[in-house]
Amino acid sequence: MLTVPGFQDRPQEKALEAREAAIPEAEALAAASRVSLVLHGKTVLDRVSIAVHPSEIVTLIGPNGAGKTTLARMLLGLVTPSSGTVGRREALRVGYVPQRCTSDWIIPLSVRRFMSLTQPVSRARAHECLGETGAAHLIDAQMGELSGGEFQRVALARALAREPHLLVLDEPAQAVDFSGAARLYELIAAIRQRRGCGILLISHDLQVVLGASDRVVCLNRHICCEGVPGAVAGHPEYVRLFGPEAARSFGLYSHHHDHTHTLSGDVACGG
Amino acid sequence: MLDDFLIRAALAGIGTAILAAPLGCFVVWRRMAYFGETIAYSGLLGVALGFLLGIDLTLGVIATAVAMALLLTAFQAQRKIPYDTLLGILAHTALAAGLIAASFVGGARLDLMGYLFGDILAVSKTDLAWIWGGAVAVLAGLFWLWRPLLAMTVNEDLAAAEGVPVRRTGTAFILLIAVTVALAMKVIGILLITSLMIFPTAAARPFAKTPEQMAVLAGAGAAAAVCGGLYLSLRFDTAAGPSIVIALAALFFLVAAPALAFRGR
Repeated sequence: MLTVPGFQDRPQEKALEAREAAIPEAEALAAASRVSLVLHGKTVLDRVSIAVHPSEIVTLIGPNGAGKTTLARMLLGLVTPSSGTVGRREALRVGYVPQRCTSDWIIPLSVRRFMSLTQPVSRARAHECLGETGAAHLIDAQMGELSGGEFQRVALARALAREPHLLVLDEPAQAVDFSGAARLYELIAAIRQRRGCGILLISHDLQVVLGASDRVVCLNRHICCEGVPGAVAGHPEYVRLFGPEAARSFGLYSHHHDHTHTLSGDVACGG
Repeated sequence: MLDDFLIRAALAGIGTAILAAPLGCFVVWRRMAYFGETIAYSGLLGVALGFLLGIDLTLGVIATAVAMALLLTAFQAQRKIPYDTLLGILAHTALAAGLIAASFVGGARLDLMGYLFGDILAVSKTDLAWIWGGAVAVLAGLFWLWRPLLAMTVNEDLAAAEGVPVRRTGTAFILLIAVTVALAMKVIGILLITSLMIFPTAAARPFAKTPEQMAVLAGAGAAAAVCGGLYLSLRFDTAAGPSIVIALAALFFLVAAPALAFRGR
């Protein structure tokens, strides 16, 4: 999306300081420590550290090709780093919400069946979890007939049915319009509140996502800046990466949602 | 009863159909049609190998098909050549090498046309035992792999993140394909095997609401088409393999295509 000349050379000390302040005390669900990944001679990730704790929403933002998905996959143990270490809590149960699934659904699958994709789920339980994400009426629909927003709600319900400790959402608002995205993030915030699971969000639609997060990690192969949303939105690296426009529109949104999550609220207004 | 060549042919055809079609569903869902074809094309090398070593030809084909399947999997990670180009290169290399090797090794004793296009009317009791024994084993394997394979077919990252052993499951699946190719060769021939996997699946799609329904419908459709093809072959004295493919095509164009059009897809 955006390329910033000389970006790689920036020192990371400032970013590290910002993170120390924002990390909660509890044991991390999943953590990567100074991980690097070199693929086909190209550095995909450069000494990145990140951790997700229980009851915490961590948002990973950055331009396309910044390594967001790779870093998330690494946290899940799907990619092995070239150097650095990755740790996960023992017997960690992960719920994964992909951006999309097989493109044209040549495979006939009802929502009900999709709910039991990786483990059996009773109809009652499926109904309950779909209800939690506002998709109970879709239980007998075919997956191929869902809109982008409906798919996200169904995929979220499926992940919730696993009672995950860690919920990972890859660009959940990609195929959803602006107000739909806002509602989706409200839903994600409510799920965190109710269930206390850790949530890792991957996103590049900045305006909406930041307000729902406790901590934002801005990635462009290395960590550019990191901290509570307000701090990140005002951070020069963030403004460099996404432009002043993004920083302003972020402030607008989070203002509406001050009351739902105090951690991000008051600081965010300043952004 | 098994002494009647027609009964043997029908039983072999039906066994192959209900073996190949459910596997074919995953081949279609996972976009592996060309992958399956490449494995099939390596079959002739296996025939030559069997002749050379004096072992059972079906075993020879299973061995080369498995080797080709593992080779293709090993190459999946490379980025130097587009994967479908690589498949094309390997498929035709294997076929050409197989044709040459077969003529060297087998000479006049080897019924080349039979291996390329199938010789269902010459199916022996041993072949029948291979086909039905193999069908039971492969379908049992597929049943066992069903949930993880379905999960990784829908979304591989999702499956892996939630603990599905995707690499092991994927490898087990292509081994099943390799065995299926070897077993189906006698009936429909290595050049036409993929049609038995893909046509019934495509035909079953508009009528299926679940993956399992699609597999069962594809199996039933394939079995019906095989019987239809056999009838065509007897009635008009045409080659059995191509006749079966024509019957499969009829199934798709006359039954499924109108249904697809009707649904406005």
